Amino acid sequence: MTLSVPESMVYEHGHSGRGVHVVVRNTSRIFEGKRGSVVACEDVSLEARPGEFLVIVGPSGCGKSTLLCMIAGLDKPTSGLITTTRSDGQPPTNSMVFHGRTLFPWLTLRANIAYGPLRHGASKIEARARADELLELVGLRDFGRSWPHQVSEGMRQRVSLARALATNPSLLLMDEPFGALDEQTRYILQEELLRIWQDTCKTVIFVTHSIEEALMLGDRVLVMTARPGRIAKEVIVPFGRPRDLGAVRSNPEFGPLFEDIWGTLREEVERGGAFS
Amino acid sequence: MNRRKTELLLTAAGPILLLVLWETLSRTKVISPIFWPAPSRIWPTAVDMFQHRDLWGDIQASLYRIFAGFVLGTIPGVMLGLAMGLWWPVRVFFMPLATAIYAIPKIAILPLVIIAFGIGEFSKIMIVAISIFFMIALSTMSGVLAIDDQFHDVAENLGADRWDMILTVALPGSLPSIFTGMRLALGFALIVIVGTEFLNADKGIGWVIWNNYQILRIKEMYVGLIVTGLMGWAMSLALDVVERYAIPWRSS
Repeated sequence: MTLSVPESMVYEHGHSGRGVHVVVRNTSRIFEGKRGSVVACEDVSLEARPGEFLVIVGPSGCGKSTLLCMIAGLDKPTSGLITTTRSDGQPPTNSMVFHGRTLFPWLTLRANIAYGPLRHGASKIEARARADELLELVGLRDFGRSWPHQVSEGMRQRVSLARALATNPSLLLMDEPFGALDEQTRYILQEELLRIWQDTCKTVIFVTHSIEEALMLGDRVLVMTARPGRIAKEVIVPFGRPRDLGAVRSNPEFGPLFEDIWGTLREEVERGGAFS
Repeated sequence: MNRRKTELLLTAAGPILLLVLWETLSRTKVISPIFWPAPSRIWPTAVDMFQHRDLWGDIQASLYRIFAGFVLGTIPGVMLGLAMGLWWPVRVFFMPLATAIYAIPKIAILPLVIIAFGIGEFSKIMIVAISIFFMIALSTMSGVLAIDDQFHDVAENLGADRWDMILTVALPGSLPSIFTGMRLALGFALIVIVGTEFLNADKGIGWVIWNNYQILRIKEMYVGLIVTGLMGWAMSLALDVVERYAIPWRSS
């Protein structure tokens, strides 16, 4: 059974008990193609606890995105089980921040953010108010009427985040959301994301290929293997909350953890054939 | 001289040179002034036709046929194109039909259209509609197919149902391609309506050309020709304006 299609929307701001418990058990996804089948995920088991910030790091093409899509309910596992449940018994809702340029180019920034609320039955006035609230939250109050192509990549990525938050999901799935950004913009958005997450008690599953990003953001980091994707290692991140991202990088524990994850990843990147 | 002025000059130079050449050759009788009357002699005829011979009425008749045919062809064309783009069985079913019929010169089906819809006004509208229908459908389909798959995932994740998928993803995403199709279709519509009016009409710009040719009123025939050109130009400008309103995210 796969639960995770958003069914209702709750407009009040988050409080404890809203986080989603995600369980992925022995899940595989095999794509049948003309030139044989590709195993994107093989026997993946993982769990994200309510309110947890879980990061999955792995080499490119390891099936991280596939895994997220299955958790989001956009794709079905070939075998295995994925469940998402909310501790207060309400139906869990999820939103995904996709990789790349995924704002609708034919909608203004405001209309992009209002898209989700409108689909969930909000009136035009409610959806607009919600969009303005989120534009304010991501620091783009004056850009509601701009088109996506008129603003910078960093601004578009903020709007993607705002669009995902607009339906007030209890589970936030993020697929390399900051991958295409320059370093300064990325730091700012990482800090904003942590602030928003801390205020709303959402469960976050965050996929990245950056070890540094994984350690700075996550409570826990799962390292995935090259295709077929499996979970190779789990790292508990010892840095406290609220987290000062500048201090994390200079923390003496940062280096050894980085080395540890890189040691595992390097084998996988080489084995995955990225350089052959 | 700056670039902008040079552009204007070059744009105007072509038509002006042609007119001057035509005028000189005709006046010096290098070309026969009977069959190639000088522009300065065509002009009074044009004024006379507008004032006393209801040329406006002919222009209106043709524009109405083109416009009505456009509406009747574009709306179902877009609907079929969206379906072909979104669902592969529809695409596979209609593709051979569409490509085969697309290749037939549209004026060749005029007899069939007359058999089906008579010789009245409706058949003239229908031949325009039929001519552009598959062209619009095919360009809409390619527009839908060119939309990045991720937009479907995004929309689904944000709660879009199948209907939202058509109206908020496929349709706006394929609009640029639809307008490309409409631009091509405009040319087709003009060809078809002039051809139809040659053969089967007592009004319209094609009728003006053909009727005057048959009774050897050459100057009047030229007026018809020039007006046809101007109509095509004006319709294309009108389509530009509509496009700017329909696709605001592209114009800025």
